[in-house]
Amino acid sequence: MTTSRTYRIRRPGRLVAEAGTLLVAAAVAFPLYWMVLSALKPAGEIQSTHPRPWTLSPSLDSFRRVFEQQDFGRYFLNSLTVAGTVVLASALIAFLAATAVTRFRFRFRTTLLVMFLVAQMVPVEALTIPLFFLMRDFGQLNTLGSLILPHIAFSLPFAIWMLRGFVKAVPEALEEQAQIDGASRTRFLWQILFPLVFPGLVATSVFSFISTWNDFLFAKSFLISDTSQSTLPMALLVFFKPDENDWGGIMAGSTVMTIPVLVFFVLVQRRLVSGLGGAVKD
Amino acid sequence: MTTQLTRPAEPLTAAVRTPRTPRRTSPWTPWLYLLPALAVLGGLLVYPVYQLGLISFLEYTQAQVSGGEPTSFQGFGNYTELFTDPQFRQVLLATVLFAAACVVTTLAVGCSLAVLLTRVRALPRLVLMLAALGAWATPAVTGSTVWVFLFDPDFGPVNRLLGLGDFSWTYGRYSAFALVLLEVVWCSFPFVMVTVYAGIKAIPSEVLEAAALDGASQWRIWRSVMAPVLRPILVVVTIQSIIWDFKLFTQIYVMTNGGGIAGQNLVLNVYAYQKAFASSQYSLGSAIGVVMLLILLAVTLVYLRLLRRQGEEL
Repeated sequence: MTTSRTYRIRRPGRLVAEAGTLLVAAAVAFPLYWMVLSALKPAGEIQSTHPRPWTLSPSLDSFRRVFEQQDFGRYFLNSLTVAGTVVLASALIAFLAATAVTRFRFRFRTTLLVMFLVAQMVPVEALTIPLFFLMRDFGQLNTLGSLILPHIAFSLPFAIWMLRGFVKAVPEALEEQAQIDGASRTRFLWQILFPLVFPGLVATSVFSFISTWNDFLFAKSFLISDTSQSTLPMALLVFFKPDENDWGGIMAGSTVMTIPVLVFFVLVQRRLVSGLGGAVKD
Repeated sequence: MTTQLTRPAEPLTAAVRTPRTPRRTSPWTPWLYLLPALAVLGGLLVYPVYQLGLISFLEYTQAQVSGGEPTSFQGFGNYTELFTDPQFRQVLLATVLFAAACVVTTLAVGCSLAVLLTRVRALPRLVLMLAALGAWATPAVTGSTVWVFLFDPDFGPVNRLLGLGDFSWTYGRYSAFALVLLEVVWCSFPFVMVTVYAGIKAIPSEVLEAAALDGASQWRIWRSVMAPVLRPILVVVTIQSIIWDFKLFTQIYVMTNGGGIAGQNLVLNVYAYQKAFASSQYSLGSAIGVVMLLILLAVTLVYLRLLRRQGEEL
């Protein structure tokens, strides 16, 4: 913060504010700290009625149990396959669509844009029932495809809406220049526009990745009998048993599921914030 | 770009002419680009919405799905059944009130922390930003499991800290809702905080300094200076929160174990799921889905009108 932005001059006030900020930060981070801590605690310490906020004998037992007994590695791979496919497919499809609505004038353009906005608001959870029957009719129940296809569809409207700003930011003149230089439209699209819009694609991908990675309802509804196709959220709940929850396992599984998203978030956080700003103000 | 020199006449006007220059391509090119998107959206979004509406007018239960019985048209029968069902009305009311409580708390927490961020130096700000980013990134399922564990009557640290003994948060209706509310606010305030903070940073600092020098309190500065300027951002953030909180599923399902004791913590989304997949009443579940769709559509229309009034160009 530069001096010109500190419009509050009273020093003691600022110290109080800073202490408050750190306290709030500690409270916000506490659940995550507790999750990792509990995953590392030996069994005896987790089942203690006097939980301590530290552990002197960290162990990987819970993680071992999660991966060996529950085949978490497989579920992790399933989740990664689903989220990865959705991210790639929706980024490509959204890029083409965003180019169409920003680089061309055609009839129904505005109508389409409004439709994309309205489509974002559709509560996808409400569509579980018709999608269930659709997947059944196409023999997709119990396959990862039953998660991939709907998630591509649901991440598209937002991705198109958000990419619009990034495509718009590429100057028209560049396209004219490429055209004069003899580049075909396809070549311009993939060799010039695509690399320029790439940062925007990354920012957009965070949202499709997270919504797919976190999906619980579809996984629960569509992967009914074949547990080998389970994704992480489903697998996590296996550790919930009436009256004797395996908290160590739950926390280890939760840690395994949270870390990829955290890494992804930290990697793209700057683009995320600026991208969001663009989407909000644009 | 070596061909630039051999470029024909009037390079400037060519670059300035914003309406697409009549490049010799067919008018179908944009539609070609849109084709994959429209195909996917048509098949997996529009068609299911149509199906949802259709099923909600039919009698569609286990007998029709796997028993081979013919489906029969019910007209508004399913809707009549829903709205005369006291449990549905109670769930609808609970959903609206609970979503409202979540939205108001999230906005209050997010906005006050955004203001707080403007008053501190870089280091504390970074620390809070990172913590918030962590909460934001946490998947709903793991967030739910962690919060349930934190408030566990036997092994959780919170009851120990507050001296609540073995008080069970998920036993009572309101304490269970309160617990879910805490988790929802925890994972959704960061979006509000980051967005509003970005908005405040865009306000010229002289304006805020002048207000502070005139002796305006922090609350007054927020109400009379920041909030009016931030109005567009606040609208977006509020609408987004309404949409998210109205269709909560995971948190309620995981934290209250499928809707709480005797369904005391059901919200519409969980209720629709239970109706359809637990008791095979697909048509009733679809009717609930249609009700949700219509409510959110109304919210969206308000949103579009507000955007239009702000002069947003599509």
